[in-house]
Formats: sequence, C-alpha cells, structure tokens
Amino acid sequence: MTQSEPVETFLNALLAMDRVAAKRTLEGSTAADARLDVVERLVVPSLERIGDLWERGEVSLSQVYMSGRMCEEMVDAILPPSDPGRVDQPPMAIAVLDDYHLLGKRMVYSVLRASGYELKDYGTVDGEALVSRVVRDGIVVLLISVLMLPSALHIKTVREALDRAGCRPFILVGGAPFRFDTELWREVGADAMAATAAEGVAVVRKLLDHLPKEYRS
Amino acid sequence: MLYTDDGPPNAGRPMIRTPEQIRALEPPQVADSPCLVKVLEATRGLKAAGGEETPIIGVVMSPFSVPVMQMGFEPYLNLMFEQPDLFERLMRLNEAFCIQWANAQLAAGATAICYFDPISSSTIVSPEHFRRTGLQVAMRTLAAINGPVAMHFASGRCMPILDDLPRTGAAVIGVSMLDDLAALKQRTAGKMALLGNLNGIEMRRWTPQQAEAQVRAAIAAAGHGGGFILSDNHGEIPYQVPEDTLLAISEAVHRWGTYPLDISRESPSAQPLKDPRS
Ligand code: B12
Repeated sequence: MTQSEPVETFLNALLAMDRVAAKRTLEGSTAADARLDVVERLVVPSLERIGDLWERGEVSLSQVYMSGRMCEEMVDAILPPSDPGRVDQPPMAIAVLDDYHLLGKRMVYSVLRASGYELKDYGTVDGEALVSRVVRDGIVVLLISVLMLPSALHIKTVREALDRAGCRPFILVGGAPFRFDTELWREVGADAMAATAAEGVAVVRKLLDHLPKEYRS
Repeated sequence: MLYTDDGPPNAGRPMIRTPEQIRALEPPQVADSPCLVKVLEATRGLKAAGGEETPIIGVVMSPFSVPVMQMGFEPYLNLMFEQPDLFERLMRLNEAFCIQWANAQLAAGATAICYFDPISSSTIVSPEHFRRTGLQVAMRTLAAINGPVAMHFASGRCMPILDDLPRTGAAVIGVSMLDDLAALKQRTAGKMALLGNLNGIEMRRWTPQQAEAQVRAAIAAAGHGGGFILSDNHGEIPYQVPEDTLLAISEAVHRWGTYPLDISRESPSAQPLKDPRS
C-alpha cells in the first residue's frame, strides 16, 4: 500500500458522508500506541485537502461541514477529551463576535478537535465579555470568527482592551470578510488569518511548534 | 434583531428552536406585519417620486435560504440531510410567504424583485443537491411572482449551476467576483442578464483610480452586447466605503459604460488588490 492510499480512501468516505467506511479506514490504520499519529497521518491531511477543494469550488460546504463533524466524533472515540495522548498545548479558545451565526466557528472547532487539540468554546460574545473571559482563562491562542464586516472591525477594540489588561494572546481570525479582503486581519490587530478551518489548524500547529516551553500545558 | 450603527441589522437568535416546531408554523400575513407595511409605504413613495424613470427593486429572501436565519445554519443543514419531510414542509410555508411578499412589493410599485438565494450557490451546496432542492423551490416560487426576477447568490459562486438557472425563470442573475465574469457572460449571453460583481468589502480601500480600473474591467468582461448591470457582488455596499469611492465608480460607469462601448473585449481584467481567498 502506498502512503497516500489510506488518505485517498478516507477522503472519499468523508466526501460521500459514509461514516462506516471512514471508521473502517481509520481503525484499520490505528496501532493502539499511535493514536495521535493516525490523526496526523490520516485525519489532518484529509481535512486539509477538503478545505482546499472547497476553496477551489470543487466540494460544497455541506460536505466540508459533515467531514469535520464525522472526524471529530471518530477522534473523540479513539482519543477522549482528557486523554494524555492529545496534543500538548497551552489554553486555547474560540468565539464568535457579535453574531448568532455559528457555522464557521463550529467547523473550525470540529476540525481542531479532530486534529487532537482541545479548546474552550465561548459561543456568541460581545467584545467586553470576550476580553474578560480571555483574561480569566489565561488564553494563549484566541480564535475569533466573524460573519459581518462591522464585527471584523470590532476586533480592533478587543485587541486594544486586551493590551490594556496586559494580556497578549496570539489572535487568529477567520470568516467571510477576511476572505474577501486579505489585508483586513492586519488592520484589526490580529496575528494571522486563515481562509478555511483546515488552514487554521496549520497556523495553530506551526505556532505551537515555535512556542517557548513555558507556555505549554 | 441585532442593530449596530456601523452596518445592516443582523438576525438574532433563531426563532425555530426544534425542527418539530415547523409542524405548527403558519406563514405570516404581510398586512398584519407593521414592518412589512412600512416597506410597502416606502415603495409607494419612491414610485410616486420616481415614476417610470427610476427602477425600484424589491427584495425577498429565498424560501431555501431564509431558514439559516429562522433556525440557524447547522440545524438547517441537519434538517436538509436528515428530515426531508420537515424540510419540504418548511419550504412550502416559506414559498407561500415569499410569493405573497414579492407580489405585494410589485403591487406597491416595485419594478422587479431580487430573490436572494446564497444557499443555492455552489459555495454552500453541491450542484446535485441544488438540483434536487433549491432549484425546485426557485422554479415553483418564481413562477408565481408577477414580475421580472433577479436571482442573487450574494457573492457565492454560481458557475457550476449556470446551465440550470434559465429554468428558474430568472431574467437576471447576481454573480460573484469569485467567478470569472467574462466566462459567465459567454455562457449566459442571450439567455439571462448579469448583475455584479465588484468586491464591496475590499472597496473600502480602493483609490479612485482602482475604482475606475475595476469598473472598466467589469464592463470589458460583461458589457458587450448589453445584458449587464454593474453593481457590487453582494447587493449591499458596506457603510464604511467612502462616498468618494462611490462617486468614482459612478463616474467610471458614465465614462466606460455608455453604448456603443469604447472599450475592447480583450482588455485585461483588473486584478483585486490581493487575491481573495474564497
Ligand atoms: C450564505 C450567506 C448568507 C446566508 C446565511 C448566512 C449565515 N451564515 O448566517 C443568509 C442568506 C442568511 C445571509 C444573510 C445576510 N448576509 Co450573507 N452571506 C452568505 C455567504 C454567501 C456565505 C456565508 C456563509 O455562511 N458561509 C459558510 C460559512 C461556514 O463559511 P465562513 O463563515 O466563511 O467560514 C469558513 C471560513 O471562513 C473559515 N472560518 C470562519 N471563521 C473562522 C475563524 C477562524 C479562527 C478560522 C481559522 C477560520 C474561520 O472556516 C469556515 C469553513 O472553512 C457570504 C459570502 C461568501 N461568499 O462567503 C455572505 C456574507 C457573509 N453576507 C453578508 C451580509 C452583509 C449579509 C446580510 C447582513 C445582508 C442583509 N442586509 O440582510 C444578511 C444578514 C445575515 C444574518 N446573519 O442575519 C456579507 C458580510 C460582510 C459585510 N458586508 O458586512 C457577506 C460576506 C457577503 C459580502 N460579500 O459582502 N448571508
């Protein structure tokens, strides 16, 4: 079997929304001691490919959404939330600013969890509530999802309030306004943007690889 | 509803909390709804002031897209894929309201109706899924609207479903900057007019020169032979776009958009400031 074959099989099962076949592929390649490894080898690359296919207009959002959900469930089954086999990481949280439309956030949350990360889900919050929770929870990596341009612009106020509170999390932003204006993330004081949920995982992974040891766990 | 000073109102928490509630819903009556009556009064006022000179475009949300606001996006996707009977019932309820609302606006003086349907866009559902769902809804709904309709994807892509769209009966389609405007034009010429496709979000940062270049490129791609209405690609320009930019766009339209066009078809497209990532 070539390296890419299980990825191909897994990917096709996800796109066909075939839970049984996806589970079979995942379990077929899991040695008990390498659970996180299968996530890295199979789940992460498949979700990345699906994110790319969506960006190119080749698969629909409903397929991306369902793939994320299915992977999250399967990874939860082999690596339960508090399992020490999950990624060693500092406190991380995700929020939707000023909006009840939560699908983008839901997808990012699923894909991160399916990739072995744990994060707090703050749901819909306004700027003030977000700042106080981030400070309270000592969040090191903060993910913010928005749908509307005004909410994207409000991130700037969040960053300023966090600065005043002496709190400097890494802020990763995403959502439609950032996709349509690829300079916007800088303007609002974020540290990075990602166009898809899977790209968000890549940013988080790279960041954590370079984070000094004292920030971990 | 959530109101802000710096943008359009946004739907608050969805009102349908469980799919079962759909069984007991009834479509609202336009005449009983003060905010809708107010829109009709405004339409009548515009008609009185503008007469036959200025077209007035009424707006409806497609029965297939409005459930995102009625019940939330994730529950709606689950409904579509897991409870087809309740999905179908919701479509019939929303269709009844949508038709009533569109026709009330036409009766009040609207020239045409813009039917916003981003969920039908290939950005959101696959073309096969669209053919089974959103397309059927649009065909039934548009057939009962007593006036011309533009079907708008609110900046979602529509290239993969382009050949299905004439069957909806739409006279115009609202298209995204994510699709190639010249290619869209080539495939729809003589069948449907195009409405689009400037990037309203990036527009905040355009200089007057960039605004002119974008307008010129859009007209070069889609203006030849008529059947093109220049606009932003979502049907709503953010409040943050400076007035000078809007005036530069208007000037550029007068300069480059007057027939016969003084602009070659081959003229290279203006690039976005940076490649958009959608
Ligand atoms: C479908 C759609 C609708 C639907 C559903 C919207 C919804 N989700 O609630 C409906 C018809 C209801 C709608 C209505 C409106 N819409 Co609308 N809509 C869209 C459209 C076409 C897709 C948005 C969407 O839901 N995509 C699916 C989700 C899952 O994608 P996403 O949020 O982008 O998330 C992905 C990535 O961005 C990323 N991501 C998201 N968050 C994060 C966070 C992090 C940290 C990371 C790493 C990644 C990440 O991961 C996700 C998956 O990979 C966009 C244009 C577009 N092409 O994107 C306009 C758009 C979002 N709409 C817009 C507007 C203005 C509106 C309205 C206000 C119009 C009006 N005046 O009524 C209303 C209000 C909506 C409301 N909530 O009440 C604007 C918003 C920008 C602006 N101008 O302010 C957009 C961008 C259109 C445009 N080009 O201007 N809309």
